[in-house]
Amino acid sequence: MHELAITQSVVDSVCERAGGRPVRSVRVRVGVLTAVVPDSMRFCFGLVTEGTAAEGAQLEIDQPPGAGRCRTCAVAFTLTDLILLCPCGSADVEITSGQELQIVSMEVG
Amino acid sequence: MLREDDAPDHGHPHPHPHPRPHERRQPSGAGETVTIEQKVLAKNDLLAERNRTWMTDRGVVAVNMMSSPGAGKTTLLERAVTDLGGRRPVAVVEGDQETRLDADRIRRTGCAVVQVNTGAGCHLDAEMMRDALTALSPAEGSLLMVENVGNLVCPALFDLGERSKVVIISVTEGTDKPLKYPYMFAAADLILINKSDLLPYVDFDVEQCARHARSVNPDVRVLTVSATTGEGLSHWYDWLAEQR
Repeated sequence: MHELAITQSVVDSVCERAGGRPVRSVRVRVGVLTAVVPDSMRFCFGLVTEGTAAEGAQLEIDQPPGAGRCRTCAVAFTLTDLILLCPCGSADVEITSGQELQIVSMEVG
Repeated sequence: MLREDDAPDHGHPHPHPHPRPHERRQPSGAGETVTIEQKVLAKNDLLAERNRTWMTDRGVVAVNMMSSPGAGKTTLLERAVTDLGGRRPVAVVEGDQETRLDADRIRRTGCAVVQVNTGAGCHLDAEMMRDALTALSPAEGSLLMVENVGNLVCPALFDLGERSKVVIISVTEGTDKPLKYPYMFAAADLILINKSDLLPYVDFDVEQCARHARSVNPDVRVLTVSATTGEGLSHWYDWLAEQR
């Protein structure tokens, strides 16, 4: 349900930046380790953009994969969920990718 | 054929706003690509940082309490404001989708409280927190306890400007809840396992639950408490006293 508030933030930001020009597409980066569901975001985007400069715009979602690095043995590995366990058994893992939640760019005009 | 407004360098007379220094604009096909590279929650994070500064300047410490509906947040708060009221000024922000029922419960203890109704919203955000701070105007050195909307998903994403996040799970819920809602448990500074008085009647493994919580949040502190009998509450109050 938070996808609605998050998508509203995206649309508010891009419409403000667009300065009245029509927004044709918006590109966002949503890491796979964020609690944001891309399909929900697309659904909300259609609702939230209605009547705004971004009405009818395409939403493009880049999804960086999850990755972590073990602080004990320094090995880097893929993370598919938030369970931070290195193959060496250490749980002292730094998340290096997958938690992005950013507006990348938009196309206007 | 290119229409005038499709041309990359169209010549009509109205002024275009100058690009901001961190925006790069490139003509791209029909439109113009504007690089933004900004956090989606930048506005919330900015407001949260202002809340944090406002509270730090006044020695106010906010604790954001999150759980599923029914885990016992309000009962824990009722006990805490009664037990701690003599030691330190305490104020409460109550978040719910609807009603003033929880604020009424806290008000009966004599504690300063403001109710925030989020309507359709499923979490408190930094703007609601700012309005609550304005309405409450907590005394210098206050402990401000914030009861978020009962929800184990959305509130994890929204910084309010709080000092710490406390996640509450009750023993009538599943032992595996930290694995099912990892984002919330990963965000916690403290986990309270509440309703310990019911342990004899339910199939809940406290140690296993703590292990699950630590699998997503290795250093998190876990305390077992009962807001009904008072078991373990002194440890929770000690932890609160450490939050400065």
